[in-house]
Amino acid sequence: MAQKIVTSGIAGIFLDEDKVIAAAYKVRESGFVKFDAITPYPVHGMEEACGIKRSLIPYVTFAAAGFGLLAGLGLVYYTAAIDWPINIGGKPMFSLPAFIPIMFELTILFAALCTVGALFYMCKMPRIDPPVIDKDLTCHKFAIFIPENDIGYNQDRIEKLFKELGAAEVKKVAEY
Amino acid sequence: MSTQLNIPPMKRAQLVLGNKTLKEITDDICAPVESFPSKGWMALFVSAKTLFLFYILTIAMVVATGMGLLGVNHPVGWGTMIITFVFWVGIGHAGTLISAILFLFRQKWRTSVARSAEAMTVFAVMTAGIFPLIHTGRPWLDFWLFPYPNQRGPLWVNFRSPLLWDVFAISTYATVSTVFWFVGMIPDLATLKDRAQNKIRRTIYGALSLGWRGTAKNWSHYEMVYLILAGLSTPLVISVHTIVSFDFAVSNLPGWHTTIFPPYFVAGAIFSGFAMVITLMTLMRMGWPKFKDYITIDHMEVMNKIIMMTGLMVGYAYGSEFLIAWYSGNIYEQYVFFVSRAFGPYAWSYWIMICCNVVIPQLFWFKKLRRSIPVMFVVSIFVNIGMWFERFVITVTSLHRDFLPSNWGQYAWSMYDTAILVGSFGMFFTIFLLYLRVFPAISIAEIKPVMNVGKDNDSDNHSGSGSDNHNQGGH
Repeated sequence: MAQKIVTSGIAGIFLDEDKVIAAAYKVRESGFVKFDAITPYPVHGMEEACGIKRSLIPYVTFAAAGFGLLAGLGLVYYTAAIDWPINIGGKPMFSLPAFIPIMFELTILFAALCTVGALFYMCKMPRIDPPVIDKDLTCHKFAIFIPENDIGYNQDRIEKLFKELGAAEVKKVAEY
Repeated sequence: MSTQLNIPPMKRAQLVLGNKTLKEITDDICAPVESFPSKGWMALFVSAKTLFLFYILTIAMVVATGMGLLGVNHPVGWGTMIITFVFWVGIGHAGTLISAILFLFRQKWRTSVARSAEAMTVFAVMTAGIFPLIHTGRPWLDFWLFPYPNQRGPLWVNFRSPLLWDVFAISTYATVSTVFWFVGMIPDLATLKDRAQNKIRRTIYGALSLGWRGTAKNWSHYEMVYLILAGLSTPLVISVHTIVSFDFAVSNLPGWHTTIFPPYFVAGAIFSGFAMVITLMTLMRMGWPKFKDYITIDHMEVMNKIIMMTGLMVGYAYGSEFLIAWYSGNIYEQYVFFVSRAFGPYAWSYWIMICCNVVIPQLFWFKKLRRSIPVMFVVSIFVNIGMWFERFVITVTSLHRDFLPSNWGQYAWSMYDTAILVGSFGMFFTIFLLYLRVFPAISIAEIKPVMNVGKDNDSDNHSGSGSDNHNQGGH
C-alpha cells in the first residue's frame, strides 16, 4: 500500500473518463505495476482497472472500535466502582446499563478518529506542497502516471502507448 | 404472473441540470468562493454579525451577573438555555441524516445538499453547545464536566446521570461530524488550491487540503473511509438525540417520564433540521442562481416530503402521549396532558406547536405547494418556530405544575431570554455565511460521478450507472 517516493516518469493526460479506465487496463496488461491513475473524483471501476485491492482500513476501524469500547468500560468501571465508589440512588457501584451510553460514544469516537488517522497514514497525508502533474487533474482531466522505476520502463514505448490509448497530452514529469 | 404489465421504465429526475461539463461544474461551484461578495450576502452578513455581537454581549452580561438575569427559577428551573440547546442540536441532525444515512441508502440526490447540510450540522451543534455550558451557572468551571484526575479526591463525574451522557454524546457528535465534514471536503480543497490565482490562496487551501492528490489508491481508501464514517455517524446521530431525550425521560416528572421520547425526539430533530436545510437552500439558490442547476426543485421537493413525513411522526407522538397518559391511569400524567399542557396557562404555546408542526406541513400533500419556493420557505420557518415551541412545551409545561399544587408557578421569561434566543441565530448565520464564501458549498468531487444520472441515452456509459439501475426499482 505504501506509495512510491518522489520520482520522475511519464504521465498521459486524458479528457474522458472511459478512456482513462481503458488506458488503466491496458497499462496494467502491458506489465506496469507501479503506475497510478490520478482523477478529480472517484471513477467507478478504476480500482478494478488498476488492480487495487480492497482497502484494509475497516480492520483499523474495527480494532479502534473495540479499543474504544474497552476504554469506555475501563473508565466507568475504574471511576465509579473502584477509585471512589459513591452510592447514587442505591444503584450498584458497577451499574452497567447506565454506562452503556458512555461506552457507545467512546466506541464511535475512537473508531471514527482512528479511521481518519488510517486514511491519512495510507495516503501519506498531510503532505506539504506535493508535486502536481497538471492543475486540471482536480477539475476535469484524468491522468495515468508511470514512474521511471517501473518494470519495463521505456520512454518511447510509453509515449506511444499513451498516444494509442487516446491521451490528449503526454507529459514528462520531473518529479511526482 | 402471466400478464406482463407494459409500463415504460420510470425515468429518474436529472440530478444536475443544464448539461454541464466537468469543468463547468467546478467553475460553478467554486464561483462563490472566488468572487467578490454580492450586496445580498453583505447585507445578510452585516446583520448576522451585528446580531452575533449582540449575542456575545448578552452572554457576557449573563455570565458576569449570573443566571438570575434569565427567567429560570423555582419551579421552572430549565428554561431558554435548555430549550434552545435542544432546538439547535435538533437542527444539527438533518445534516448527518443527509450526509450519512442517505448515503448508506444510496440516495444520490443527497450529493447536492450534503456538504451544506453537514456544515449546518457542525455550526448548529457549535451554537447549541454554548447553552448548557452557560446553563451550569459557572461556565468557567465547565471543565469539571469531563472526567479527569483532580485534586478533589479525585472526585469523578457521575456516569449514571443522563446529563453526563449528554456531555459525551454532544462532544463526540461535534467531533465526528466535524471530521466527517472536513474529510468530505479534502478533495475539493485540493481543487481550490489548484485553481488559486495567488500565492496566499494557494498556501491556505494547500494546507487545508493536506496534500491530497487524488490517485486511484487514495480514492480507494478515501471511499472506504467515507463509507465507514457514514456507517459510524448513523448510529451516532440517533444516539445523540436519544440521549438528549434521556435528559428528560429518565426523570420522574410527568410529561417527561415517557418511553416514546427517544424516537419522538429523533423524528422531531430530523423534522426541524430539514426545515432549516430548506431555509438555507432557498437562500443559497437566491444568492447564487447557478446553484439552481445543482439544488433543483426536485431536490427541494424530496426534502419537503421528508418534512411532511417526519411532521406526521411528530404529530403521532403528540397524540400517543395523550393515549398513554389516559391508559396509565396515573392522575399526575393525566393532569399534565389533559389539563395543564393543552388547556392550562401555557395552552397558547401548545397550540402554536400543533399548528406549526402538524397542521401547516400538511400543505405539502399538494405537489404544487411542495414545489413552490415561496411556500416551502414560509413553511420551513413555521416548522422551526413550531419546533422551538415543542421544546418550550416539553420543558416549561412539565415543570410549572408538578405533583403538589403548592409547588406550582410560572416561568418568568425575561428580556435576556429573548436576547439569548434571538442572538443565537446571529452566531449560526454569521458562521454559515462565512462558510459559504470559504468552502465549496456543494461537493465538487461527489457531484461529478452523479452528474449524468437521469440524462437521456446515457444510462450505460457512465460511472455509477450500475447502481442507478438498481435504484430505479425503488422509486
